[in-house]
Formats: sequence, structure tokens, C-alpha cells
Amino acid sequence: MPTVEFEGHTFNVDEDGFIDDFNNWNEAWVRHVKQTEGIEELTDEHWKVIKVLQDYYKKNGIAPMVRILSKVTGYKLKYIYELFPSGPGKGACKMAGLPKPTGCV
Amino acid sequence: MSDLPKPEDLAKVKHLPPIWKGWMRTPVEIRSGIYCYGSKPANLEYVGMPNPREWSPVDEDWKLPDNWKQIFLDGLRERLEKFRSLKIFMDICVRCGACADKCHFFIGSGDPRNMPVLRAELLRSIYRKEYTTAGKILGRFAGAREMTYQVLKELWYYFFQCTECRRCSLFCPYGIDTAEITILGRELLNLLGLNTDWISAPVANCYRTGNHLGIQPHAYKDMIDFFVDDIEEITGVRLNPSFNRKGAEILFITPSGDVFADPGTYTCMGYLMLFHYLENLGLDLTWSTFASEGGNFGYFTSHEMAKRLNAKMYAEAKRLGVKWILGGECGHMWRVINQYMDTFNGPADFLEEPVSPITGTKFENAKTTKMVHITEFTADLIKQNKLKLDPSRNDNLVVTFHDSCNPARGMGLLEEPRYIIKNTCNHFYEMPDTTIREQTFCCGSGAGLNAGENMELRMRGGLPRANAVKYVHEKYGVNMMACICAIDRAALPTLMEYWVPEVGITGVHELVGNALILEGEKERKTDLRGEPLPGMEEEEEEENV
Repeated sequence: MPTVEFEGHTFNVDEDGFIDDFNNWNEAWVRHVKQTEGIEELTDEHWKVIKVLQDYYKKNGIAPMVRILSKVTGYKLKYIYELFPSGPGKGACKMAGLPKPTGCV
Repeated sequence: MSDLPKPEDLAKVKHLPPIWKGWMRTPVEIRSGIYCYGSKPANLEYVGMPNPREWSPVDEDWKLPDNWKQIFLDGLRERLEKFRSLKIFMDICVRCGACADKCHFFIGSGDPRNMPVLRAELLRSIYRKEYTTAGKILGRFAGAREMTYQVLKELWYYFFQCTECRRCSLFCPYGIDTAEITILGRELLNLLGLNTDWISAPVANCYRTGNHLGIQPHAYKDMIDFFVDDIEEITGVRLNPSFNRKGAEILFITPSGDVFADPGTYTCMGYLMLFHYLENLGLDLTWSTFASEGGNFGYFTSHEMAKRLNAKMYAEAKRLGVKWILGGECGHMWRVINQYMDTFNGPADFLEEPVSPITGTKFENAKTTKMVHITEFTADLIKQNKLKLDPSRNDNLVVTFHDSCNPARGMGLLEEPRYIIKNTCNHFYEMPDTTIREQTFCCGSGAGLNAGENMELRMRGGLPRANAVKYVHEKYGVNMMACICAIDRAALPTLMEYWVPEVGITGVHELVGNALILEGEKERKTDLRGEPLPGMEEEEEEENV
């Protein structure tokens, strides 16, 4: 499994650069993904999305569906794309340390 | 992830025969954008599949057991003895080529090994070498070749470039089912731990939690509750669906994509509204948080794995004591139910022959499986005049219908979805005859190929379908394509965005949900997606000001 070195931390990642285990997530990881995703500045709105994703994941073991994310944060999907150019799955979930959803999705 | 070429570049497909040394002498090159990542060890371990390890398809060394060749050949021999169909399909092909230009992957890629005849020949050549006298003696002159590491890689690469859609088999004068060759080819590869993670992760999830996404019971209920809230906002009517309720008459099972991924979630809202509407007419139905998946990615792995995942359907029906099962809009789920479930995990003699509690219609086609497709159920309701519908609520939509491969070719479900669409929408147009019904073109992402890393393959494979959509879009102004499969609903929006961005995707029961007039509902301003209904655009704007 490939690894990423960042600010003195080592992260195991999969082929798409998702962290291997939510337990290994920390704030340095967020700064790393910020760089790779080309996000200029991390705002409170980014953190709000990350927090909602993580809270839901801790409770349910899965990322929330996009419609729930949208409703709980109050951000429309289009705005989430403005915050995370790769979208809620490949951008926001990656930053929050959540795994990719699979199946008929 | 690879960079996806622009549509105008991808559309330039060459179908001219390549200047070749012959396909057997041309080594395969595994290309980024075409293949899916290898399965992760944890997902194989979870279900006890062989050879769990970290590996990548582009690595030289696939970390196989030393006796991999023996395992493969023994596996082939065993399956030739077990499945007469496989033996026949290996023997009778005359390489006439009738299937060659019928495959969406060949049309969209021009790669000769994507001609169904040649994809099957990849395995057939090994069969000849091992099991036919001519092949043993004459070798390459008789179309036979040795099983080597390179050959194994070729098999893997191309059996995961087939969506098992069976369009090719429709045109085979011998009736060879090339999809079945892919199915068994993948089964052999799985003996060596050579699956893709997009398949093995849902398999492991489904085995653990009952669905591909790994949704746990409380989360499943939470998602449905979310839809119930949304429906109340739109219609003013509060629904009260039940879960895991013992003694219910009917158990409802649908793909988990419907409760998680847009636009399938709107289809799910359509189911919920229909069931609520029918409660007063005598429907007694429960959802299950255990049999919470209609699809079966085990079917893209091996027969054994498909059987293990399928078992929960009857097990849950038995546990709850229902009379029969109603199934949602799913694709390959119906192939498994129609062709395999009865012998995999049946006979389900503890269930009853399905009868609609509202119309009294007997679903004789479901006599042995005891499982009815929801479009048959709903079409019957409409035919018997049981539903109050207002199709004008769908007037913003100009709809066409994509026959999802498995319900169309795997169970002949052609009229029912069309009948529902015509009764819930005023504007419906068919795509050209050679691209619908039995001849439908695949979405290009079925059989577990709907991952992100193989996007070029998916866009190539979906080109023939998209082309037909483009035609009706330009001719009739079609802006929405309906389908009855969760992989379709997940994969087609991406395909449309790439080739025909003006067209959206919907399930059939989303259209039902929009048109259905619920008792006591308020005046609806939006459709299920929150978009203003025809004539309500200005009011919406005022509210937003």
C-alpha cells in the first residue's frame, strides 16, 4: 500500500489517495488533501462539512447520502462543489478520512 | 485516476483490422482508465475467498500461488464437467462473427479482443489445448495455446471489460451465451484471488450488513426516515413505513443504491409513496434492514458467492413469515432471481404464489420464485384503475426509456415499464428499434464495472447507448431517460454528462411518485427533486426572493 509523508506524519493510502483507516485521520491529513485538491484556503465552511461527515460516519459507519449532507449543512450540492472541486465523495469524504462508498452508486 | 479524454477525441474509434502478428502473438497491455483496482485483502478474507493480498493489476508480479496454473486448469475441468452449457459453448462456436459488432465495448473501443467471439476465444484457446485432440497435436494451427502468465493477465483484463449484458448472445446463430463464459471466466480468476475491489468490497459489505454499501440497520431506517420527511415537505402527507415486521403479507427488497445514491433516492421515495397510497386499499408490506439489498455482486464473483448473498432473501421472508416478496427496480438482481434463486436457495415452499392484494391478479410467472417485479405490480394497478394519477406533473419531462439489460433480456420485462411511463407522463418517445427492448444497449458499467478508475472504458462502452439518446434528444427534445436498474441510475448520469449533458436520469417509480395523487395531499409546488412543477416556476422564484 502506498504511503504519504506530510508534516512528519505517515499515512497509508489507497490508489485514489483515500486514507486506509478513519482512525489514522488527523488535521495534518486535511492540510495534505487541501494541497492535492488545489483548495486555496480552508474556511469554516470546509470544516463544517468535514465535521458533519465525520459525525455521521461515527454514528453510522458510512458516509451520509449527499442529500443528507446538503440538508444538515444547509449547503446546496453546487456550493459543496465550490468548496470541494472533486465533489462530496472524492473531495470532502477524502479530506474527512472516510472510505469511498461502493456498489450501485 | 487517469485523465479522461475529451468526448470528441474518444468518439474517434477505429474499427479497421489492426496490422497484426495475430492476436495470440500480440501481448496484452493493461492500460490506465480501462481496468479496475485489484481486490483488497480484507474484503477477500471476510468471505473466505482465496489468496488475499495487496496487489495491483499493473504490477509485474500478481503474487499468485506457485501452482496457479494447476488451480486454474483444475477449476476449468471441474466447471466443464459441472456446466454442460460451458462445454457446449467451448465446442460449437464456428467464429462466424455475427456477435462481433454487437458489443458496446467493441463499438466504443475498436479493440478486437472486445469482439465477444474473441473474448470467448481467449478462454476457448486454452480449452482446446487441454481438452481437444486437435488442439493438443496441432497447437496454434487448431486455435490452441498454452496457459501462461501473460495469458492469465489477458483473461483478467478482458473478462473485466464485459458487462455480461448478453446483447451478443441475441445474435449468435447457435445461441452461445458469451456472458456465461465471462461469468465462468471470472469464477476461475477468483480461484486465484483475482477480483476487482469495486466488486469484492460490496460482496464483503453485503455479507456483513446485508447490503453492498455496508449500511447498518439503524442507518438504513435513518435514510428512509429522511425520505419520509422530504415527502411530507412536498406533499403534506406523513408516511409510516414499517421495518422487519413479522406477519406482514409482503416483504419488499430493493437495491441499496436506491436508499443512498441520487437519483435512485427519488425512485425510493416513489416506492414509499405508492405503498402508502395502497395501505388503505389493503397493502400489508414491510421493509427489511437485513435483506436490505436487491443486487448481488457475488454474481460477478462466482456462483457460490452469488448463492451465499442471495440466501438472505428467502431467509428473511421465512423469518418474517410473509407470503411473498416484491422486488424493486434492479438489474442483475432479477437475472439471479429468475434464473438461479429457485435452485440456489429454493424451493421456497413456505411462501405462497403471489397475488396482488389490491387487484387479485395472480402473478403466474412468479409461481416458483415467489418474487414479483415492482413494475409488473404497478402496471397491474394502473390497468385495473386503482391509482389516481396526474401525468401533467411530469409535463416538464420529455421521456425515453432505457431497457435495463437484465430485466429486458433476462426476464422479458419490456411492456410493463413502458405502460407505467405512458400513464404517468404525457411526453414519451422511443429510441431507435435496434437500441431498445431485447436489443437494448448496455449502460457500459454493469457487472461491477461502475467504478471511477475505469472511466474511459465506461464512456466507451456507453457510447452506443448515448448515441441513441442523443438522437431522440435532437429529434424530440428528450430531456429525461427512465430506467429500471440501480447501476443504470448510478452510471447513466455520468454517461449523459459526458456525451449528452442535456439529458437526466430517473427511475420509473420516481415518475409514479410525481404523478400519484395521495389522499389529503396539499397542492404540490415541486416534484420529488424539489424542482418546480410545470406552471409553478414563478411561485418558486417568489419564495426564493
